[in-house]
Amino acid sequence: MTGNGADNFDEMLDANGGVREAYRGYSAWFDDQDPQGLRRKHQEAEAFFRKTGITFNVYGQDEAEERLIPFDPVPRIITAHEWRRLSKGIEQRVRALNAFLHDLYHRQEIIRAGRVPEWLLRGNEAYLPHMSGFTPPGGVYTHITGIDLVRTGPNDFHVLEDNARTPSGVSYMLENRETMMAMFPELFTQVKVAPVSNYPRRLARSLAACAPRKTEGRPVVAVLTPGIYNSAYYEHAFLADQMGAELVEAGDLRVVGGRVQMRTTRGFTPVDVLYRRVDDEYLDPLTFNPESMLGVPGIMDVYRSGGITIANAPGTGIADDKALYSFMPEIVEFYTGEKPLLPNVETWRCMEEDSLKYVLDNIDDLVIKEVHGSGGYGMLIGPAASKREIAKFTEKLKAKPHNYIAQPTLSLSTVPILTKKGLAPRHVDLRPFVLMSPNGIEITPGGLTRVALKRGSLVVNSSQGGGTKDSWVLEE
Amino acid sequence: MLGRSANAIFWMFRYLERAENLARLLDTGFRMALTRDHLTAEEEWRSVIETAGMRHGYAAQNGTYAGIQVWNYILRDRDNPNSIRSLIGAVRSNARSARNSITTELWEAVNESYLQLNDLLARPVTQSGLADAINTVKRESTLVRGAMDGSMLRNDIYNFARIGSFVERADNTARIIDVKYYVLLPSLSYVGSSLDNVQWETILRSLGAERAYRWLNAGQLDARGIANFLILDGQFPRSLRFCYAKIRSNLHNLALQYGEKLSSNEAMRKADLNLQDKDIDAVLEQGLHEFLSDFIADTHDIATAVETDYRFTD
Repeated sequence: MTGNGADNFDEMLDANGGVREAYRGYSAWFDDQDPQGLRRKHQEAEAFFRKTGITFNVYGQDEAEERLIPFDPVPRIITAHEWRRLSKGIEQRVRALNAFLHDLYHRQEIIRAGRVPEWLLRGNEAYLPHMSGFTPPGGVYTHITGIDLVRTGPNDFHVLEDNARTPSGVSYMLENRETMMAMFPELFTQVKVAPVSNYPRRLARSLAACAPRKTEGRPVVAVLTPGIYNSAYYEHAFLADQMGAELVEAGDLRVVGGRVQMRTTRGFTPVDVLYRRVDDEYLDPLTFNPESMLGVPGIMDVYRSGGITIANAPGTGIADDKALYSFMPEIVEFYTGEKPLLPNVETWRCMEEDSLKYVLDNIDDLVIKEVHGSGGYGMLIGPAASKREIAKFTEKLKAKPHNYIAQPTLSLSTVPILTKKGLAPRHVDLRPFVLMSPNGIEITPGGLTRVALKRGSLVVNSSQGGGTKDSWVLEE
Repeated sequence: MLGRSANAIFWMFRYLERAENLARLLDTGFRMALTRDHLTAEEEWRSVIETAGMRHGYAAQNGTYAGIQVWNYILRDRDNPNSIRSLIGAVRSNARSARNSITTELWEAVNESYLQLNDLLARPVTQSGLADAINTVKRESTLVRGAMDGSMLRNDIYNFARIGSFVERADNTARIIDVKYYVLLPSLSYVGSSLDNVQWETILRSLGAERAYRWLNAGQLDARGIANFLILDGQFPRSLRFCYAKIRSNLHNLALQYGEKLSSNEAMRKADLNLQDKDIDAVLEQGLHEFLSDFIADTHDIATAVETDYRFTD
């Protein structure tokens, strides 16, 4: 699909071709650069990614087809005051999400109050009855959250999606910065950028602060990965390595003496906090999917008896549900007593008759998404779809309206990327990473900027050929 | 460290060692074939497949022992789990799975070796490309070993890596001698008969030992000397005695680090009894093949005990 051309907010240049505040320092440096030299460095960066193995596997493809996520060397820049506003909104949202999850698994006040409908939970697979009446250590559900934001104007950020299940991409945020610093060290002496490199240390501290009751001594943290063939394995290994934690697979873990223990060369050792990167349904074959080879039999019993902390808490994934997303303004207000600082993108729930009628009448202008879909799969982008695709999707929509939501196509902001012909604007989104513990909420300044590489395209997902760039928050 | 990671490291270095040994074996086969007529060359390539322990898999696919078929089978056949290409893939998979136990330097050396070899072996290797392929395998394996040597802590991880390397090397050396022992045998029983020097040279060359041997033995090429050198010389890094010395010291280090002696130390002690005080006459008296069979079994026992002691698997 294409954006609306000139209507888009260009984050670097204003309508008269002047450089906006955020980009002044960068622009001055850029003007002194030799374009060929920049392109050469760009190629070196790709070679570096390949050499260090920062690749991701696409499911069903040969190992030989490991892909690099394309990296663009022009940073996405946000000023300190823009970031301050933004992070307040993010913090408010994550706080509300966490309170909402606690409520959902306890008294369900928000449903009794009639602010969100009961059908949201009924039959929703992400809602885990096993979590009913149980409070995770420290009351934390959303230890790590990624909030996807899009920008449409100088002060207009909208939340596109909440990722509380197992948000990924933080390793790219860190490696992109490392790569930029290695390629253009002098740039960082001219422009003061808030550092991101302490994220793994903060993550380790934040997770340890959520240790369960039975912890003895310093909490032992481990990262649970499905294994080397998982598309995000690089990130799992990277984070474990940077945190000084063990990277475990299900086969390394076993419940012994009421604790989850890992098999080491010296015998079994208890794990206190498990940062799991496998989905709920695979976590415990005794409780959930009995076929799962990725889980630890009995871990849910240990969890409920205070023997281990699981991050994010099981059942948290319901926060990613796109139907639930449409209620986020109500949720934020209900738990914080404040108006949401960050607006949602306007959303129609197709299960509601009036909405469905509107969506069917305006399908050419809308983006339609599956309620449980992710990664850009199972969606229709109205303005870019052919008549046949629209007809086909209309049938699906009519057959299962509750399975879909619809949103307008926003005129997303653009940030320049480096092309053969110099700088050219491309659409971007932003995923900041948020850590929560009983000690508070920490947001790493910046996040992961994903960028569409094709002109006019709004699709930024790496699984659909998007790229990434370094995201800067300027220091004052 | 995790038992699974220890297992991955141990096998990563076994596979790496195996790949390098196969490259050396190919080198020998190639040289022999170049100096022989067509028929004897096929015979030599057949013997390479035999020594590599691939007779069964190879014969299922091929009717003849033409050189180009043999070296491509060993270098790059995807259906051959012990082809160099498969082994290098396994080395990288293991390194990836133990990514948190190895240094960035070691990981990058493995990853780059894999990328380079995978690229080199993507197409069939011709006669003119063979030497380059062999040298690349040897060089990349040396680079990986060097990266480990220069960057890894001398802790349990390092010891598992070294035990893996030398268990595999000990096994490989023993098998190479065993497959060729019939070449050595006649001369041992018939002192002074005419000798097939070229065949003996094959054995030395397969182990990268021809120069070291000449250096130490001043040009005397005889069966007893060769057997003595490959089995008992404590200076030659591929001799059986040398490999055991390394395994023994790495097992000793592990016992110190973990504060206890385990069944692997006992298996080592038992294996030593069959090698340590022997001279070449005692070996020959026992029978070379019998001696080697015992040695291979002992080495296997050590490896199995390590896997059990340190909980490599559940």
